[in-house]
Amino acid sequence: MREKQIEKLKDYKYGFSTDIENFKAPKGLNEDVIKFISNIKKEPKWLLEWRLKAFERLKVLKEPNWQKPKYPKIDYQDLYYYSAPKNFKEKPKSLNELDPKLLETYKKLGIPLQEQKRLNGIAVDAVFDSVSVATTFKEKLTEKGVIFCSISEAIQNHPDLVKKYLGTVIPLTDHFFATLNSAVFTDGSFVYIPPKVRCPMELSTYFRINASDTGQFERTLIIADKGSYVSYLEGCTAPMRDENQLHAANVELVALEDAEIKYSTVQNWYPGDKDGKGGIYNFVTKRGLCKENNSKISWTQVETGSAITWKYPSCILKGDNSVGEFYSIAITNNHQKADTGTKMIHLGKNTKSKIISKGISAGFSDMTYRGLVDVFPKAINSRNYTQCDSLLMGNKCGAHTVPYIKNKNSKSNIAHEATTSKISEEQMHYCQQRGLNSEEAVGLIVNGFCKEVLQQLPMEFAVEAQKLVGISLEGSVG
Amino acid sequence: MEKQLKIDFEKIIKNSKFSKKDIEHKENNLNKFIESGFPNRKLENWKFSDISQIIKKNIGDLSFYNDYSSSNKVDSSVFVDGLDHNKIVFINGRIEKIDFKYEEKDNIEILDDFELKDNLSNVNSLTNLNNAFKNKHCKIIINENYSLKKPLIIYHTTNNQIKSKNINLRLDFLLKKNSSISLIDIFNDTSKKNFINIFCNFELHQDSILKNYKIDKLENNNIKYCYNNIEQDTNSISETFILSSGSKFIKNEINCNLNGKYSSAFINGIFSLKDQNHHEIRSNINHLIDNTKSYQLIKSVLENESKSVYQGKIFVNSKAQKTDGYQLSKAILLSDTSEFNAKPELEIYADDVKCSHGSASGSLNEDSIFYLMSRGLNYKEAKELLINGFLLDVVEKITHNEIKNLIKNMIGLKE
Repeated sequence: MREKQIEKLKDYKYGFSTDIENFKAPKGLNEDVIKFISNIKKEPKWLLEWRLKAFERLKVLKEPNWQKPKYPKIDYQDLYYYSAPKNFKEKPKSLNELDPKLLETYKKLGIPLQEQKRLNGIAVDAVFDSVSVATTFKEKLTEKGVIFCSISEAIQNHPDLVKKYLGTVIPLTDHFFATLNSAVFTDGSFVYIPPKVRCPMELSTYFRINASDTGQFERTLIIADKGSYVSYLEGCTAPMRDENQLHAANVELVALEDAEIKYSTVQNWYPGDKDGKGGIYNFVTKRGLCKENNSKISWTQVETGSAITWKYPSCILKGDNSVGEFYSIAITNNHQKADTGTKMIHLGKNTKSKIISKGISAGFSDMTYRGLVDVFPKAINSRNYTQCDSLLMGNKCGAHTVPYIKNKNSKSNIAHEATTSKISEEQMHYCQQRGLNSEEAVGLIVNGFCKEVLQQLPMEFAVEAQKLVGISLEGSVG
Repeated sequence: MEKQLKIDFEKIIKNSKFSKKDIEHKENNLNKFIESGFPNRKLENWKFSDISQIIKKNIGDLSFYNDYSSSNKVDSSVFVDGLDHNKIVFINGRIEKIDFKYEEKDNIEILDDFELKDNLSNVNSLTNLNNAFKNKHCKIIINENYSLKKPLIIYHTTNNQIKSKNINLRLDFLLKKNSSISLIDIFNDTSKKNFINIFCNFELHQDSILKNYKIDKLENNNIKYCYNNIEQDTNSISETFILSSGSKFIKNEINCNLNGKYSSAFINGIFSLKDQNHHEIRSNINHLIDNTKSYQLIKSVLENESKSVYQGKIFVNSKAQKTDGYQLSKAILLSDTSEFNAKPELEIYADDVKCSHGSASGSLNEDSIFYLMSRGLNYKEAKELLINGFLLDVVEKITHNEIKNLIKNMIGLKE
């Protein structure tokens, strides 16, 4: 009975695909496709020009190759850049108009879209392939003046805000995948928290790739105005498919004076099967700007999915006294590869940053922590503390640490430490002696190892993440 | 530069007697170097120190031909007093003196013409430069069960007869079973604006011990690159100490392959920099088999606009279970314009290992200064005492007592 349960868990729980009719842009990447996307979304002229500018830039950019996980060449002409459920040319006004199959999908995923089922009081924006399908709890948020909608809606309804902040943190010309995203991004979330508002609930976006041969290019923009606070969650899944799919998102955060943004991710894209076939390429650019004094940005991530994860949520600490935090758990099993970490750029005075990274690799996987701490000459009295620990299971996997530390002034302190270890025989013996089997023992020890990071997650997510940690490592011992 | 390289190369071939095979080898390397040029910041290993720019800025045009036909006068005033030692003296890149007067002659062999098993040809483009332009190169072999009675000091002297030159040196050491050597490299430069490119290869057989101390203390504005390759067999020990202080730019690179069980490597380094000096240490320790150990400790004290870089890598392959790897780098920045960069890297493919690294940088601890001042020291004394203690920690790791005292005196450290 138990074995059966484990067998079931081993498979990717979210691996089903929804049979829904899709409306796609023609395959390939060219000006016409960009114009098509822009047109179907009824975008203003400046945005189309912006996209085309990015596309021009893309022509001269090369794909980066410095990262550890190498991947086969991606044929960018063989992808669909826009895919939406049919009958979706007009966004449905209410949930009742939604395709029941879509609701079913999200129900299977455990995402409460129907507002009456407000179990946990989290406002959700659900993104299915290229478009945002539903945003919940609208009224309650509007009451407070919080804007939480898909970015396409924001472009229509709040063009000034979008125009003012879009591309200010991740410029058009940043790097290949960011620029690709700027050219073809389809949807994503937009959050604006007005001054002195503490967002009454957790905001959450749920991303799902359904159609095959589709790349998902979402763009998220979060602006916390003076003295505001927001906590934002992001979850991702995709069906099991044999081919690799590309996910290249851009996330921009802007924190103004005294504002705080907390951004949590539980990433569980399809990791490919046991032999490393299929899975998502998760090449994401996430960057936060502490634009004004006393602002704070905190990233928390639990990375368990994707065939290749490659992301570095970063903080640019521009305002004086601003704070950047990064908490990460990355788990790789089978043939997964992850190259993840953060960048903390200290520009303002008295800025502080903290990095806690926990990497666990099992099977044939490879895990790399790559981070940069850069303290500029003017960033006096800055502090950074970095801790990155790796846990290895078996000698077929790898764990690597590549930190870059740059200290350019004498009044700042940087401390960095890293360790690599394995689960010791003694720890296992102790747990097993008390009646746990080896799987449970590993789960317990790993959860203890990750505790510092799991504590940073909002409650509902923490429980889910804890389970995920256990599931991701099933079958890696014994 | 390409034209200059070719002209100088022709001159060397004309004026020296190389075998046909050697010439072919040299030509190959020259072409490789012409193709890639000096390393620049686009290469990961040179990210923090763009030597191509550094040479351009500080030297300008280099010439690569040196006349080795006439000998230089050996200036005995540079020799170290108070320590009996064997000598090898290089002046402007030419070997002027080899003196093993304290040793049994039949236990040390010095070869200057031998078949080169070139395991260093693909390190970087500077190896190609070295291979193409180096003059003679010697290999020192220490016989089985023989330990040198006195340390060997290699004097790297340059004088004002050369300017804007590139000097290439290559030395090989073979330590046979159960032998040992203490080796000190001392740089004495009175020349200006030269680029000195040194490659050393050490082969350590079973149970042998290598202690290598590299001292760059005298102020000069030369640019230097030193690459040490160390191959270690079972139970061998290598200890490297680097004092990096005097030159305008120096990059010490140590590549250590722990091929035999129970072998261990120790690297300790001090950067003591001021003005616009820019120094780097890059280590690469490869744990290739089980039960090996490595230990690295690097400390920097930086004044004015100086900059130090430490790139340390521990690589553990999947066979190397029970590896013990440790790496610590610390820096004190004394001026607002000084800079410390570090990249302590771990690449691990085995699970039963103990590997850790740490890096910390900051200013002098104000509390400690306050404590000392409240006990009657003035600010300057307090600061000196703290720095003294900070650096003493590294010097104390030196296992050869006489040399430890010599180095302490050189830096002016008190106990």
